[in-house]
Amino acid sequence: MKVNCNVNVHHLSRVEGHGAIGITIRDGKVERASWEVIETPRFFEAILSGKRWENAPVITGRICGICSIGHTLASIRAVENAFAITPTEQTGNLRLLLKHMETLQSHVLHLYFLAAPDFLGAGSVFPLIESAPDVVARAARMKLLANDVCDCVGGRRLHPTRTVVGGFTMLPEKKELSRFRERLIAASADLTQTAELFTTFKIPDFARETEFVSLKGEGAYPFIGGRLISSDGVEKEEHEYRGMTNEFLVSQSTSKWARLSRESYAVGALARLNNNFAHLHPAAAEVASLFHLKPVCHNPYMNNIAQLVECVHVVKDAVRIIDSLLDAQWEEPKQEITPRAGRGVGAVEVPRGILYHCYEFDDSGHVVKADCVIPTGQNHANIQLDLEYLASRYASEGMTDRDISLLAQMLVRSYDPCISCSVH
Amino acid sequence: MLNSGRTYLGVPVSRPKVGFFDFSSCEGCQLQMVNNESTLLDFLALVQIVNFREAMTGESDDYDIAFVEGSITRPDEVDRLQAIRSRAKVLVALGSCACFGGVNQLKNRFRDLPWVKETVYGGAAVETDVVRPLHDVVTVDLMIYGCPVRKEEVEKVVTNIAIGKEIAYPKYPVCMECKANENICLFDLGEACLGPVTRAGCGAWCPGSRAGCWGCRGPADDPNMEQMKRLMQERGISEEMILDRLECFGGFCEFSDALRAEMSKENP
Repeated sequence: MKVNCNVNVHHLSRVEGHGAIGITIRDGKVERASWEVIETPRFFEAILSGKRWENAPVITGRICGICSIGHTLASIRAVENAFAITPTEQTGNLRLLLKHMETLQSHVLHLYFLAAPDFLGAGSVFPLIESAPDVVARAARMKLLANDVCDCVGGRRLHPTRTVVGGFTMLPEKKELSRFRERLIAASADLTQTAELFTTFKIPDFARETEFVSLKGEGAYPFIGGRLISSDGVEKEEHEYRGMTNEFLVSQSTSKWARLSRESYAVGALARLNNNFAHLHPAAAEVASLFHLKPVCHNPYMNNIAQLVECVHVVKDAVRIIDSLLDAQWEEPKQEITPRAGRGVGAVEVPRGILYHCYEFDDSGHVVKADCVIPTGQNHANIQLDLEYLASRYASEGMTDRDISLLAQMLVRSYDPCISCSVH
Repeated sequence: MLNSGRTYLGVPVSRPKVGFFDFSSCEGCQLQMVNNESTLLDFLALVQIVNFREAMTGESDDYDIAFVEGSITRPDEVDRLQAIRSRAKVLVALGSCACFGGVNQLKNRFRDLPWVKETVYGGAAVETDVVRPLHDVVTVDLMIYGCPVRKEEVEKVVTNIAIGKEIAYPKYPVCMECKANENICLFDLGEACLGPVTRAGCGAWCPGSRAGCWGCRGPADDPNMEQMKRLMQERGISEEMILDRLECFGGFCEFSDALRAEMSKENP
């Protein structure tokens, strides 16, 4: 049995933002196992104070460079809920299509560029360009497809331009949507090969029981708005989100932490899948079964596989959405907005988990108070407890510092943390 | 810096070592590098990436060009930026946060840091300073504007550095590109737009999607601010909407500070 261990990873790589891992074990006892967030806060909630409603999606979309579309959509939904605006079916479909393609883009980025190098024994995707060019080309092809759809529907892949309160500034051409339909169907082969690649990876056999929080699927796998659910049986309305998140401050992090029924909970692809497995597209459920992934799975490393399963789901569902858009006549892209005093919450499942934006407006539509609760912020406490358990378990199994360090880094990467987002 | 065998028009070219670094930001600008999949491999052939925490493990302090994203908001960021400056031959500010402070600098408008901290963190101790662009702290050799940056522009800058060509920014405003693209003028749609005064180079990205320009690239050379204000006001666009756009990314801070002062005089 190994009795001493010392792991220090400052500025963990292949994650978004700045986080550090520290593990110290002396005489078989875990003295320290910590996940520290050292990112600088940007104070978005204060920045919005006094701003007109129109600014909210433009500014808060900049919270995140990966899921800017998700932030923009959550922000728009919060404003629309405050002003009692219900989006049209056309707007709802276009937003979901955009959301799906952000999910695909982000998951492919994480699976291939951030996570896969660990399983392939590489420091980054760059050496793989020489050693496994077809793998890199496949990842690039799927990401490009997702980003091309985002450009077409949202105006831009990063910090979208066409998404506004009330709908869209401009609609895509139907012939472009038809072309994307073909490319989405053709992407099935790439997804199959991705699944084959991941079956060759050794996912660490590790589990720690926890609670999973997500939107609740009602008739469909959930992405934009709806009731909130936890795997421990808590259910709340969207506007009651604070009762789910219970944010609190800790000294080791500039990001707030969250908890519900236990000391921590998890959000993300695995949480969505655990809570909404029955709503997955059959082709996605089939991929899940390849990896014996079924609810409730408590292995955080399986979040990678849950992301892969969701890639299949969103590609299949995107084809369905495009079909329904192609069948319908285009309506007006945007509704008129009448600001009013009120509070609105927008809950959206972004790639890393459930995201909430909440704004209070005065009667002229100026922000009185803003609150954003970020998926990675909700995961921090869970990551911390996972790390403590990982350190004590693997140290007692006599593992080397190097291996513990790698597994700890892989653990954090499995959550696909978006750290600057969590601090915002 | 020379790279064996690599040529451009038959002339050997260097393959510079580059590093990507980030400060307070969304990290979206550096992700734009991996976001343009069709040219990613060509770009990687042009440079040697030696430091890119978001995409790779392992880092090197030996680099020629440092691409730096984000604004400076804490003392430890000052130290880290100075260290990067001392190692880099060329330091490039990447995106609006690095060039002007970006959306982060919107917190400066309150001129009340204790209130800003209290609003988000309650009484807890959190360190933060007034948001500054990179050039307030170190010498910046080149700026790549935009929120986000366009990858094509980054590639052009890198190519020019690699072949030793001068970098020229468009002096004219976004309106020129917008007209060339034959877009419908946003003013005719009743929308606010800073296209007449914002530096071009984005290809009229937002107006091309019928979304008015928010000025993320900062002012063009000699912008006619008065005329822009008059044009908008003639179309019923309020001073507040103009101010929202002018102050959003920090590039127009001189003008937005003046407008804010003027508005608070009119409406104390």
